[in-house]
Amino acid sequence: MIGQAGGDTAIGARVPLLSLSGIVKQFPGCLANDRVDLTVLPGEIHALLGENGAGKSTLVKIIYGVLKPDQGEIHWQGQPVIVQNPNHARRLGIGMVFQHFSLFEALTVVENIALGLADAADRKGLHGRIAEISKAYGLHLDPDKAVHDLSVGERQRIEIVRCLLQKPKLLIMDEPTSVLTPQEVERLFETLRRLAHEGCAILYISHKLEEIRALCERATIMRLGKVVAHCDPRKETAKHLAELMIGTELKAASHHARSEANGGPRLAVKDLSLKSEQQFGTDLKAISFAVKGGEILGIGGIAGNGQAELMAALSGEMLAARPDTIAIDDIAVGRMGPRERRGLGSCFVPEERNGHGAVRDMSLSENAFLSGNVRQVLSRNGLINAGKTAGFAGDVIKSFDVRTTGPAAEARSLSGGNLQKFIVGREVKQSPKVLVVSQPTWGVDAGAATAIHQALIDLADKGAAVIVISQDLDEIFSLADRIAVIAEGKLSQAIPIAEASIEQIGLLMGGTQGTPAGPVGANSGARHAAPA
Amino acid sequence: MLLRLEPRGQRSRLWTYASPVLALALTVVTSAIIFAVLGKDPLQSLHVFLVSPLISATGLPELFVKAAPLILIGVGLSLGFRANVWNIGAEGQYTLGAIFAGGLALRFPEAPGLVLIPAMMVLGVLGGMSWAAIPAYLRVRWNANEILTSLMLTYVAQLLLIYLVTGPWRDPEGYGFPQTALFSSNATPPILVEATRVHLGVLVAFLVAIVGWIVLTRSVIGFQLRVLGQAPRAARFAGFSQDKLIWLSLMAGGGLAGLAGMFEVAGPIGQLTPAISPGYGFTAIIVAFLGRLHPIGVIFGGLILALSYLGGEAAQIDLGMPNAVTGIFQGVLLFFLLACDVLILYRLRGPKPSLAGGA
Repeated sequence: MIGQAGGDTAIGARVPLLSLSGIVKQFPGCLANDRVDLTVLPGEIHALLGENGAGKSTLVKIIYGVLKPDQGEIHWQGQPVIVQNPNHARRLGIGMVFQHFSLFEALTVVENIALGLADAADRKGLHGRIAEISKAYGLHLDPDKAVHDLSVGERQRIEIVRCLLQKPKLLIMDEPTSVLTPQEVERLFETLRRLAHEGCAILYISHKLEEIRALCERATIMRLGKVVAHCDPRKETAKHLAELMIGTELKAASHHARSEANGGPRLAVKDLSLKSEQQFGTDLKAISFAVKGGEILGIGGIAGNGQAELMAALSGEMLAARPDTIAIDDIAVGRMGPRERRGLGSCFVPEERNGHGAVRDMSLSENAFLSGNVRQVLSRNGLINAGKTAGFAGDVIKSFDVRTTGPAAEARSLSGGNLQKFIVGREVKQSPKVLVVSQPTWGVDAGAATAIHQALIDLADKGAAVIVISQDLDEIFSLADRIAVIAEGKLSQAIPIAEASIEQIGLLMGGTQGTPAGPVGANSGARHAAPA
Repeated sequence: MLLRLEPRGQRSRLWTYASPVLALALTVVTSAIIFAVLGKDPLQSLHVFLVSPLISATGLPELFVKAAPLILIGVGLSLGFRANVWNIGAEGQYTLGAIFAGGLALRFPEAPGLVLIPAMMVLGVLGGMSWAAIPAYLRVRWNANEILTSLMLTYVAQLLLIYLVTGPWRDPEGYGFPQTALFSSNATPPILVEATRVHLGVLVAFLVAIVGWIVLTRSVIGFQLRVLGQAPRAARFAGFSQDKLIWLSLMAGGGLAGLAGMFEVAGPIGQLTPAISPGYGFTAIIVAFLGRLHPIGVIFGGLILALSYLGGEAAQIDLGMPNAVTGIFQGVLLFFLLACDVLILYRLRGPKPSLAGGA
């Protein structure tokens, strides 16, 4: 049912808390919101569902006063308003928890919250009020702890408490669970349900279908800047929601028909310890694992627990202290740089596309040359072989169905999903013996994600050792043969996927971070279970 | 505010090339206003400053002679600037190139030109490199900012030159003037066009620009420099050695600046004096940016800035204006260039439209 503001029969006679009608927002070269209508009722948990780039973030930024709409009206509790800025939004009673937190690492919880308050008078008794709110809503938080000692889940609680201090009528949560363990997700949901019960409406933005089905009463689904459907997510299947969101029928990656992995390990890491180069980075502590040919190892964990450092150590961007801590096909490579490691047959896909895996202002040909020269030999006598390079780039574009005008197109002209397909394709096409991928489908649309998963599975089937570092447990459960979890720079034992349970992985993800594992909800397993 | 800037979201290719043209036009207009304020006829002054040097008998060849050092230095700086290595001390590297080559010319005045000139070129390059090696080492070893170290070394180089020409290398028959003896004719680079001062260095400058173009656009090294400048993490991911590329950038910039210094003292000047450069090393920074850090663009940039030197001389003679005219023109040009480059990333928009339907 395509509803209109105020015309939705489900709303009945209640006055909507917030209603948007005909919101249009144009960015250069992109119509982010195209006549969007949205109605939020008091005390409801309302999902705003859509793929990356569907216009969800733009819409909530308009509600929160960060952006101004080009056209359209906003009604707050029945009255027309123009939200001037976030301060104005907060005065109206709108709170927002952003995906990326704005906290000072070196300051304590109470100091961070005090900095966000407009009035000095509000700071009186702040300590007590923080303790009170965190107790009332099950948001465990020590006001005197410095932020850099806190887990990501605890940092998110600071942002939520900061909002709740303003006694909001509407709380906007932008992709809140991407950084949480399953247990933390369950605790967050309890808090949100309690808030909703007390009358605070929640606008919950996500592309995670199972979460929305578990939490939300109503959903507005967006695609390419437009509202395409309204529904009750509790009554829909995840598959149907996904199809509404993507607009086509979903095809899952065919599962890894794995032969018994045999032979020695292709990649072996032994007792790898490494100090982070970042001030608040995570040092790696005695990491050991081994991956055989034909095998996919998934490395799960919450962001910022040493994934970046592990990736850099495996790719050679950071060198280990001793050569024998990392071995590719029994050759000690710990002191070798990325080029030498590529020469020995290992390829890498870093987490960040822009400026790390690819150079935005360079053509796809040049980006193919970036990491392809060693194994594909794209240069001669110090000069770039332009024909061969364009041929290699064209091959990647064709095999991976990268939507672009050709090898001469600049990387920045590609959408996130297409650029990621190109980068994964560039590495896979080099027929590596070892492939290390970090966050292969981060911010990638579902169609591209399926293609990338298929490529990784095919590569493993051809005998390569594949290591997937990911925060997305669904991804690891659907791809990997074994899973290990990184927490605080330490890597757990790898467990065969068939024997791993979500609860067990969740506890490992919590690690020793001072996040006591609360009672696990009965339905938390179902939410994250791998697609069969 | 009637006008506002709106991000384009990407670099505008059109404005990358239109910006220097607009900056030049604005500079000419501003110069005319300055002439008018100084009580000169602006149109006549512009004619003297920008046109008369080109139409005089010796004009065009002189333009190339003045442009040669600017192009040589500008090409070297462009390579480094592409990699975000900010060598601001080309003036000092130029001076050391002149000292190394000049020292050789003074020591072996009788050596045959066929040997002496190439040897001086090599020493000029080595002189410039040696001076650029100091900031390179400090940057790679201790992460010292090369902008500061290379700039400060410029003054050390100038003092070294003054020491030499007033002390150990002073011409004993020079009536006490702070200068060396004139170099022998063997040490003078051949003149390429009769009855002009167009010397071997002009040809070398153009060849260097062409080689620089190929290196930057076609070679693996040029690719590595560009990646390092645009995305340092991608360079690291690809396994390009940042230290090596920093060394290479500074060696290219220093070596070419040294070569420029060698040609200037061996050719047009013919001896070492305390005033061997009217700021070529600094002007070449403007040349590099005006030429969009592209070696072929640097040729055009070099010719335009060379004109500002000739125009300054003409303005002194014909209009009785101070030599500072050249510096003002160059400064205004850089100012407008930096301002116009904003248009590469932003577009100008009219007043903000009011919110439709915003009650």
